[in-house]
Amino acid sequence: MIKLNTPVSEKDIEMLRVGEKVLFTGTIYTARDQAHLRLIEEKNPAFDLKGSVIYYVGPSPKKDGFAIGASGPTSSYRMDKLSPPLMERGLKVMIGKGDRSEEFRKEMIKNKAVYLIATGGAGALLSSKIKKCDLLMYEDLGAEAVYKLEVDEFPCFVAYDIYGNSIFSKS
Amino acid sequence: MRNIDVAEVTKIVRDSVIKINHHLGNSLVSLIKKAKENERKEISKSILDDILNNQEIAKEGNIPLCQDTGMVVVYLEIGREISLNGSIYDAINEGVRQGYSEGYLRKSVVDHPFDRKNTKDNTPAVIHTTITEGSKIKLKIASKGGGSENMSKVTMLTPTEGIEGVKKLVLDTIKYAGGKPCPPIIVGIGIGGNLEKSAIIAKESLLRDLNDEASDPIINKLEKDLYNEINMLDIGPMGVGGDTTCLAVKINYYPMHIAALPVAINIQCHSARHTEVII
Ligand code: SF4
Repeated sequence: MIKLNTPVSEKDIEMLRVGEKVLFTGTIYTARDQAHLRLIEEKNPAFDLKGSVIYYVGPSPKKDGFAIGASGPTSSYRMDKLSPPLMERGLKVMIGKGDRSEEFRKEMIKNKAVYLIATGGAGALLSSKIKKCDLLMYEDLGAEAVYKLEVDEFPCFVAYDIYGNSIFSKS
Repeated sequence: MRNIDVAEVTKIVRDSVIKINHHLGNSLVSLIKKAKENERKEISKSILDDILNNQEIAKEGNIPLCQDTGMVVVYLEIGREISLNGSIYDAINEGVRQGYSEGYLRKSVVDHPFDRKNTKDNTPAVIHTTITEGSKIKLKIASKGGGSENMSKVTMLTPTEGIEGVKKLVLDTIKYAGGKPCPPIIVGIGIGGNLEKSAIIAKESLLRDLNDEASDPIINKLEKDLYNEINMLDIGPMGVGGDTTCLAVKINYYPMHIAALPVAINIQCHSARHTEVII
């Protein structure tokens, strides 16, 4: 198990191998399809993409006394074509669920970035690792807006590393 | 005639959608526990453990198990001796509206294929109605997530493709889905009827009790064979490989045209949220 603080460095990325459990602490950002489309066009995003971690999630509404609603990952393949422009600008870690296209994997390796998965459907468990949630960009997108999350030991598994390995079974 | 106030239906739907989204059913939890014991791959075991911890946290905090709290599907059976004082469809949708706002559930329904404006209250529900004998109403209520629904499909096989054709189709569909529908999954299969009937009975099979087995011997054997073969695919929890790809296979069937063998495969994620209420 590896503990990493955000933002991440190239050295951190080099350390990660498929199947390893990683606990992230620090700031991570949420974005799904619609937010990606806008971020790509954005000249000055409200956060620094360099070394950033993006989590594919659309939380459920939050209840009083909780930082955020249920926050499990959404399927990553919908972002396959949208990730490369952001990786070119410094995005280093993407967290979601499910496998992704070959083209995505090539771009990811080229940009020295990694893809991790969080346990899909474990929305309540994962929300307990999120200590703070602030709306950052695109309020009109509701659950799909960009939120800034403060996480404490947020658990994921390395799904694709920069050495060309994949966690997903071949079948 | 038995008079039923539709407000009662609203209340039942409201309470049900909140309950199923916060609490995973006991029989499902036991199946996941059993799968965890039998799972040989370490990482897969730890994912199953996450799923079990998740349902504990959701239950304690009365919070949703998963952020995708689904679109509501209702299989409605109305006894013909019942008289209602209003629209039962409106009553069901009102229950959805109330439950999704009061239970902190995510509103995941959009109004148009291309405008895609959120309806903001998770309505409308998809409702399938049957008229039955007697004076009861039965509601089978499910919150169906998008991830696993997207990996489902209907195929029109030819009759000569037979059991082997059905098996191949199911296995191919599940292989293609991989980790996307949040395995371990439950597989609901509808065979027969026609295009839409196969899909309706496939989804209905997912609402059967998890321990319930098909009574027809051929279908019963097919459920068991597919269960074993799917679990040999090595897809595993979240697609990372392992012994646990599916928790159950359910098959419903219906008579069909001499020229047809329709097969619908409805995939359900491990967050299988449904209940049954009789009024
Ligand atoms: S597939 Fe099921 S468990 Fe996975 S995110 Fe969707 S609703 Fe949740």
